[in-house]
Amino acid sequence: MAVKTLSLDGQLISARDGQTLLEAARESGVSIPTLCHLDGLDPVGACRLCLVEVNGRLMPSCLTRVAEEMEVWTQTERLQRYRKQIVELLFAERNHICSVCVANGNCELQDLAMRLGVDHLRYAPQEPQCEVDLSHERYGLDHNRCVLCTRCVRVCDEIEGAHTWDVAGRGTNCRVITDLHQPWGSASTCTSCGKCVMACPTGALFHRGASVSENVHDRETLHALILAREEKQWLV
Amino acid sequence: MARLRLATVWLGGCSGCHMSFLDMDEYLLELAEIVDVVFSPLVDSKTYPEGVDVVLVEGAICNVEHMEMIHRVRSNSRVLISFGDCAVTGNVSAIRNVLGGALPVLKCSYEERSDPAGMIPSPNDIVPQLLDRVVPVHAVVKVDLFLPGCPPSGPMIRTALEKVLAGETIDLMEHHLSFGGYGRPRNSEGSSTASSSSTAPS
Ligand code: SF4
Ligand code: SF4
Ligand code: SF4
Repeated sequence: MAVKTLSLDGQLISARDGQTLLEAARESGVSIPTLCHLDGLDPVGACRLCLVEVNGRLMPSCLTRVAEEMEVWTQTERLQRYRKQIVELLFAERNHICSVCVANGNCELQDLAMRLGVDHLRYAPQEPQCEVDLSHERYGLDHNRCVLCTRCVRVCDEIEGAHTWDVAGRGTNCRVITDLHQPWGSASTCTSCGKCVMACPTGALFHRGASVSENVHDRETLHALILAREEKQWLV
Repeated sequence: MARLRLATVWLGGCSGCHMSFLDMDEYLLELAEIVDVVFSPLVDSKTYPEGVDVVLVEGAICNVEHMEMIHRVRSNSRVLISFGDCAVTGNVSAIRNVLGGALPVLKCSYEERSDPAGMIPSPNDIVPQLLDRVVPVHAVVKVDLFLPGCPPSGPMIRTALEKVLAGETIDLMEHHLSFGGYGRPRNSEGSSTASSSSTAPS
């Protein structure tokens, strides 16, 4: 197995050929914030929170493969500033009202805000009019909370194999959709497996009937399924 | 040392932040040793005084009275603390913004959804006129410290007050700031639940 040697935050590390910088960093105990990333799903580099500096250039660590003689910095002042800005912009883009959200306390966006020291928003909230789709008998979709990470799209396509979700529209009109923009409840491809709800980082996808703070995302089950599929390891 | 002049102000909020202030329990007695509460919904004074050292402002700016008040509060106070999510982000008070302006909201509450249908209060009535958009405090005046949370916890308010009253700077990052609710155990990464981590078990 080919090994690459590179420097990570000033320390020399070795990584396996083909590994991403995010994987190599995590293996070395360096934590890089992510939002659109979910282990087991194809990385897309959409949220840009995992940006690192590679030889002075900004690169998404979830998509960048390790290479010889890379000089990587993961926590520079510039990166921290951008990460904080990204989270503030995500909050400002839709209507995130934590105190009345099903995912309050179980939300990765909220966690990131805390971790990055976001104590207020420097940007004016856009306050778009967003719909809530409650047509599915078991789950709900609230566009007010969606951060367009496309985890739902990827988990449904790559793990469940149903490909119910897609993304439609551009800019501020961008929305996740089910079955060519049909109400989720009438999407015939949906198997009601719930994987998209497990994968969603915020309160955008939730179990119907869950009240504030109750929407716990079951990432462990998802990881067990991914492990079972990829490594033929069945956890019982 | 001269006693410090503390004020608390209640704008567009539910008073939950003030309830949390009272949640500081016995620290209130210690506080009373060092400060005079010169203005607050908890004391009987009608005009916001001059020369306030520290003020906690609960609530968003929702009507013309809040707007007038916040300018007075700012010019008469040394340290202004945005107190709770409504003051910091607009929060619940700002939900009406997506409905587009004050009139649709008033129509909905007084005419369409009330039974029997009432009348929208006129600008000459004693109720202050709504602003078209609800905005957080820092959208109107300069804010010195942000205390998010709905409400911020008693211990969090105490920590902030102790530092500010002692004239020290405070890094609230160390104190698990969070929007929304509080009181859930958090791990070292600041994540609220074990299951919300995006790292797979290795
Ligand atoms: S419930 Fe399952 S099949 Fe239906 S949209 Fe979600 S992931 Fe896809
Ligand atoms: S619904 Fe959830 S998982 Fe899907 S894109 Fe929006 S935030 Fe991401
Ligand atoms: S932040 Fe929460 S507790 Fe404080 S006034 Fe607003 S709604 Fe009430």
